[in-house]
Amino acid sequence: AMAYGGLTVPIIVMSVFWGVVGGVLPWLVPKGPNRGVINTMLVTCAVCCYLFWLIAILAQLNPLFGPQLSNETIWYLKSHWP
Amino acid sequence: MGSLFRSEEVCLAQLFLQSASAYSCVSELGERGLLEFRDLNPKVSAFQRRFVGEVRRCEEMEKTFTFLQQELRGAGRALGPCPDNPRAPLAREALRVQEQSEQLAQELREVSRNRASLRGRLRELRQYLHVLREGQRFTSLSAPLGSPVRPRALSEREPILDPSLHQHLDRKINFVAGVIHPWRVSAFERLLWRACRGYLVASFVEMPEPMEDPATGESITWVIFLISYWGEQIGQKIRKISDCFHCHVYPYPESEASRADTMSGLHSQIQDLSVVLEESEQYLAQVLDKVVLALPTWRVQVQKMKAIYLVLNQCSFDVTEKCLIAEVWCPVRDLTQVQDALRQGSYKSGSSVECFVQRIPTSESPPTLIRTNKFTAGFQSIVDAYGVASYQEVNPAPYAIITFPFIFAIMFGDVGHGLLMFLFALWMVLYENSPSLRQASNEIWLTFFEGRYLILLMGAFSIYTGFIYNECFSKATVIFPSAWSVAAMANHSSWSSAYLATHPSLTLDPNVTGVFQGPYPFGIDPIWSLATNHLNFLNSFKMKMSVVLGIVHMGFGVLLGVFNHVHFQQRHRLVLELLPEMVFLLALFGYLVFLIFYKWVKFSAANSLVAPSILIHFIDMFLFTSNADNLPLYRGQVPVQTVLVVLALASVPVLLLGTPLYLCCRRRAPRPGRPAPVAAGEQEPLLEGQEAGNSVNATKEDVESGGHSPDAEHLDFAEIFMHQAIHTIEYCLGCVSNTASYLRLWALSLAHAQLSEVLWTMVMRNGFVRLSYAGGVVLVPVFAAFAVLTVAILLVMEGLSAFLHALRLHWVEFQNKFYVGAGYKLCPFAFAPDAWE
Repeated sequence: AMAYGGLTVPIIVMSVFWGVVGGVLPWLVPKGPNRGVINTMLVTCAVCCYLFWLIAILAQLNPLFGPQLSNETIWYLKSHWP
Repeated sequence: MGSLFRSEEVCLAQLFLQSASAYSCVSELGERGLLEFRDLNPKVSAFQRRFVGEVRRCEEMEKTFTFLQQELRGAGRALGPCPDNPRAPLAREALRVQEQSEQLAQELREVSRNRASLRGRLRELRQYLHVLREGQRFTSLSAPLGSPVRPRALSEREPILDPSLHQHLDRKINFVAGVIHPWRVSAFERLLWRACRGYLVASFVEMPEPMEDPATGESITWVIFLISYWGEQIGQKIRKISDCFHCHVYPYPESEASRADTMSGLHSQIQDLSVVLEESEQYLAQVLDKVVLALPTWRVQVQKMKAIYLVLNQCSFDVTEKCLIAEVWCPVRDLTQVQDALRQGSYKSGSSVECFVQRIPTSESPPTLIRTNKFTAGFQSIVDAYGVASYQEVNPAPYAIITFPFIFAIMFGDVGHGLLMFLFALWMVLYENSPSLRQASNEIWLTFFEGRYLILLMGAFSIYTGFIYNECFSKATVIFPSAWSVAAMANHSSWSSAYLATHPSLTLDPNVTGVFQGPYPFGIDPIWSLATNHLNFLNSFKMKMSVVLGIVHMGFGVLLGVFNHVHFQQRHRLVLELLPEMVFLLALFGYLVFLIFYKWVKFSAANSLVAPSILIHFIDMFLFTSNADNLPLYRGQVPVQTVLVVLALASVPVLLLGTPLYLCCRRRAPRPGRPAPVAAGEQEPLLEGQEAGNSVNATKEDVESGGHSPDAEHLDFAEIFMHQAIHTIEYCLGCVSNTASYLRLWALSLAHAQLSEVLWTMVMRNGFVRLSYAGGVVLVPVFAAFAVLTVAILLVMEGLSAFLHALRLHWVEFQNKFYVGAGYKLCPFAFAPDAWE
């Protein structure tokens, strides 16, 4: 089984990625009439996508119940999934 | 950001145009498309305006052009588009265009007339030829004696009178030959029989080839008749009858030789005439060629000329009658360009005095101008469809470029469907310059084409949300290994094969060590797509997601109001409106978001049996009650909630009364003598603008001057208070209902996922039933059905549905937090269709 690091590794990776998209790339956009629009787009996109990913991972952080599987599925997954 | 953030500054200006150079100045301005002209003569009818004669001349020319175009269409030629962009013609040029076009029209008419008459003549000659040919059959027949007489047969008959009796009778036989319309034959025959019984012989035969009827133009098979008679009076009767029936009668020579002569004469005539007709057709083609070359340019030129004169009609003359004054809305940024255009216009018309532009102050609300490029135009148009932004208020479009496709994607999230949509839009974008795509006539296609960048972004975001939902054509992908270990659970609970055979479904327990190893790093764990209780988990996740995203979206909308308050110098509204609005929203719904995140982090499977219900806590918060079965989420929850509710309730009267009281106090303060200084620079987009200023024919209504009567003040206060009350109620109730409205994000994404799954299990999976060669053949139609249904139902129908709901969320839930949208667009006078690109 993969070393599931819990929350730390994914959150660092995603925060850095969307942080670069929303915080660093706007400085690199060349000056022109569209600079403002492109910067707005980058920041909005970073915020929306990061928030959406964050909600998905936090919802699964501490599950209150587990999946209910059919016996056929359990037969298969028992041996084929780690 | 330029003007996408808020609309540009537009000012009212006056143009002073010399009469001599007015036309070319307006032509220059039209070429650049900068200004919107205002009508200074609204009460003058169209017939009394200054330049009505020129407008009428343009319309006459357009009539000539229409006639030319009709002739072209009649000849089956199409008119191409105008190759270059000709400028509006000056007076001499216009005259030349008029003369040439009328000359061409005259030529066309003559040539058409000639051709019609030539054709008519040709037809007559050919009819005559046929008559002679067919008639020969009768007259050279020798009928046997004793043949039975059949009086009313239509087809060719034996002559009643035996030619061999000619010698006995010793009378001269005359002939009437001609052509008659086939429908009239029987009536003609009957009448002949009744009128001239027995003294004539009539034979009818159909013409071998059909010919055109000159009256109706349709091709009919004429009937040739040959009547042999004797006696002068009979002859006259017959001729009268044939006249009545509109027959063409041709002279029928009696002897064989003269008939032959006539026929050969006819042949040569027909040949000559055909040659002449061909030449005239060639000449007609030449004239039409000339028309095709010149007409597009002329049309554009005359259109421009007419537009210029219509604009000039809107200007007013000054006292000396030498100068035209025009009132225009002009973007401040373009004033130098306007001056430049006026200079060029004056130079082109050769006048020495320059026309100039002068800005004048106004208190009217100017039109809104937002310059867009081909990418932002689509997004701006969906904002404008709801309402054009009021003058200089903040424009929601730059944020909608991302939030609209994102909200769409939340409802549409599927990698496969998103990819298909993305590729479709990519094809449209890459081939956007191809004329076959641009100039299609199908309106539905044009709508999709106009929104190609929108669809591109929608598809791209749908791929992202599809990965997060872990759905690709309703199947989950295992990019990372699943965090749930069935093996660990099976080992812990001893799930042997026998045990499994007796238990059709079992649940994994996260409390058991090793079963749940941590959150799936990117998106929803793939095990949920195999679980029978997947909706339990997904519904809870999606509902909370919808509420969180909705509250963030609405909070962002309220914050955008900051820009409006600062720009329109109403800083009091920052404290008296924005602050209570934010407090209300955050204290209640921001706290709800906090509860959601807190419960996700703090409660796990270990205490899942006693996990509190956020919904019950939220309801209890408002009712100030508590439920013993519902444990608190954290220590001190009840006092914190009480404080928050009190804070929210306290912000309502501030919102309700703050601004009206402040305005009331401020209006009372500078009463003695001094006129209210705030009137000049302040734009109050919530109240109606008043008409004043130096506009040429404005009515002078003065409301904002210093000497107020107390009645007017009270009336104003009542109006402001009413407006604020409505705003408060709308905002507070709206917060609750709009938050619930965002739950449509959950509803539509659930519907899409379920439809997708149904399509897979009921259509596509049946193609995999037989794993044989026959099964392979069966798979092809099954996949065809799957593909068609995917595109029709999931892409088109669900796509349109999600588009509509995303639009509604933007227009209502997001925009009613800050957007007024009561403006009108600047419509510049321009010849080119897109003046701002």
